[in-house]
Amino acid sequence: MKLFGLSAKDTRFLIIVILLTMFTPILLQPFPEGSALATFNAGYPDLMQRIAIFGIFAIGFNILFGLTGYLSFGHAAFLGIGSYTVVWMYKLLDYNVIWGLPLAVITSGLFALLIGYVSLRRSGIYFSILTLAFAQMSYNLAYSVLTPITNGETGLQVYPSDAQVLMGATEPTSPHLFGIVLRENFWQPTIGGWQFTFNNGYYFTAIIAIVLFYLSLRIFRSPFGLMLRAIKTNQTRLNYTGINTRPYTLAAFVISGMYAGLAGGLMAAMDPLSGAERMQWTASGEVVLMVILGGAGTLMGPVLGAGFIKYLENIFSKINDSILHGWFGALPDGLENFIIGVSHFFVGKSWHLTSGLMFMLVVIFLPGGLVEGGARIRNLFRRGKSPKGADTAHPPAPVANAAEKEEF
Amino acid sequence: MDAIILQILNGLDKGSAYALIALGLTLIFGTLGVVNFAHGALFMIGAFVAVTLQRLLGLSFDQVDPTKSDFMGNPLKVKVPYAESWFGPEVGAAIIDWSVPLAILLAIPVMLLFGFILERGLIKHFYKRPHADQILVTFGLAIVLQELIKYFFGANPIQTPAPSAFTGSFDFGVLLGFDPNAIIYPYWRLVYFAFAALVLSGVFAFLRYTTFGMVVRAGMADRETVGLLGINIDKRFTIMFGLAAAVAGIAGVMYAPILSPNYHMGMDFLVLSFVVVVVGGMGSLPGAVAAGFLLGILQSFASMNEVKSLIPGIDQVIIYLVAIIILLTRPRGLLGRAGVMED
Repeated sequence: MKLFGLSAKDTRFLIIVILLTMFTPILLQPFPEGSALATFNAGYPDLMQRIAIFGIFAIGFNILFGLTGYLSFGHAAFLGIGSYTVVWMYKLLDYNVIWGLPLAVITSGLFALLIGYVSLRRSGIYFSILTLAFAQMSYNLAYSVLTPITNGETGLQVYPSDAQVLMGATEPTSPHLFGIVLRENFWQPTIGGWQFTFNNGYYFTAIIAIVLFYLSLRIFRSPFGLMLRAIKTNQTRLNYTGINTRPYTLAAFVISGMYAGLAGGLMAAMDPLSGAERMQWTASGEVVLMVILGGAGTLMGPVLGAGFIKYLENIFSKINDSILHGWFGALPDGLENFIIGVSHFFVGKSWHLTSGLMFMLVVIFLPGGLVEGGARIRNLFRRGKSPKGADTAHPPAPVANAAEKEEF
Repeated sequence: MDAIILQILNGLDKGSAYALIALGLTLIFGTLGVVNFAHGALFMIGAFVAVTLQRLLGLSFDQVDPTKSDFMGNPLKVKVPYAESWFGPEVGAAIIDWSVPLAILLAIPVMLLFGFILERGLIKHFYKRPHADQILVTFGLAIVLQELIKYFFGANPIQTPAPSAFTGSFDFGVLLGFDPNAIIYPYWRLVYFAFAALVLSGVFAFLRYTTFGMVVRAGMADRETVGLLGINIDKRFTIMFGLAAAVAGIAGVMYAPILSPNYHMGMDFLVLSFVVVVVGGMGSLPGAVAAGFLLGILQSFASMNEVKSLIPGIDQVIIYLVAIIILLTRPRGLLGRAGVMED
């Protein structure tokens, strides 16, 4: 079966992704309510939506970093710009997200064009520092001089005094799509001990995410994508063959900036406010972490990474002393206290420590991320059968190959 | 005129900190070829060594003071720091008072050791990996260190006062013939500047006038040839990493009274120090120092009210703006060697 101009294999891959996304509310809720493992359930709308949004952010970032190897430390700026745009549309027009989201893509695209045009004149570590400088500038400005636009430390939000010229009398007063309120659930069945929540906002975000995933799939398979990989492999050689690589890298930068802007816009669609902290460089670091953890340069990697990080973040922050005592209560007292004392380093408020450690371990031992790890395990089982092993739909990251990566 | 002098002075202490951190960063880059995103964390750890020592010296026990009594007529219990009971009240109080400078003595071995362990345990394995991997792994390390500090010391800034002898301010206005109080400058910041100048010249002298320094400089220029001459350059570079860590550490110790140590100070300074290194020229030691002071002073000029009213927001972006202009017009930096990381 071939659909939407994809090969049979890619079509199968896309269908699997669509099915996984559509059934996420069920898949992430594997444990019955009230059981000891219910802490590990993640099927609630807020988290799923966050995973989808960061998935979009990471897919976009991967088009730049995974394909061309240009490591940007400033993509959070576009996330913030997208958020601000959408909230401004709430303030000026009404709560319908249909106005804000396309505009968020356009504004972040324009900013990406500007920042990319300047930053891409350098490569390697200089590129990273230039993008970092631009993002920090945006962040500082959003906190200080641009307060009339960004509302400074308070964050931008909708006030009753705002114009909202398109606002109808019966219109919902939270983000909606033509009357479908995004924060509402359309179906909340309880089957046996299991509770599932099907939320408008999640499906809205998920459909956008699938479309964007399809887009990145097409980019990966296109001659344009091939050119981007060539830039990563050996930019000098491309230059010698007479190809000007800058338009290609700039296009990749702008595309990834637009993805980030849309992700930022969707964050504002989830919760109608926006703050400058979304632009801080640690937020840029987070998306780098997701892409690396999942596997840079692979299709599925960024989504896996985003899901993994957001899931763990949620679970780890939730675990507190009473839950720990519940788990380890059966152990002898001394051992129990010891284990709980050690876990304090990693759970609750210390989640960032865990993520930092995980990040280091992945960079050290598994540069190709989870996807490479999966491929290694598969190859372990397949050894002897066929040397080919790797799945062409999501081949192990080219990043894994140190020789290829030297260009950065 | 007096306002200009004041701004230059204000820029000096921040510039000193930038210069000290940037010196270590560029030293590591020049010797090991590693981009160390964890260097700001080393600065932060230094500051927390000062905090720790101040707390340790402040540890006290209860003692009954027979000469005093509380309002009930019972003998009063007073807290006596151990330092005072061991060294006598006067020497002990002085030791506690001077805990920040004393922390340097503690910080140097701690940071050297930490640097050695870091280099041998982690950085060593990243020489041959791409710069992106180096950035990523040290970035992860910075997060880990920062979160550990947050775990043990909490999220709030911790006041770490300087010795009481330095609490006042120095009136430069009188010295230079302006009105009194026109240019006043805290003593501790003067101390910091003098200290930074001392450390910087010490490092330069070490590299310039010792055999060890000569070998290191030769290794920075051409590592392979030095290795072929039968010199164990790796060992020397490890020592240089430890030295860079120690410089960042003592810079942090002395900065603790100026900026109350908090867990994110490392990241804050790291971003700016990287900009400093880039402006000065990757791998150029004098460049890092010059750019550190230059950017520190530029920043304090930009935060003058006259300048801010002229160009709103300039104080927030001046450093980044300078970095962008430098990178685009002269990518090797102000004093960088031609051909080093210029693409």
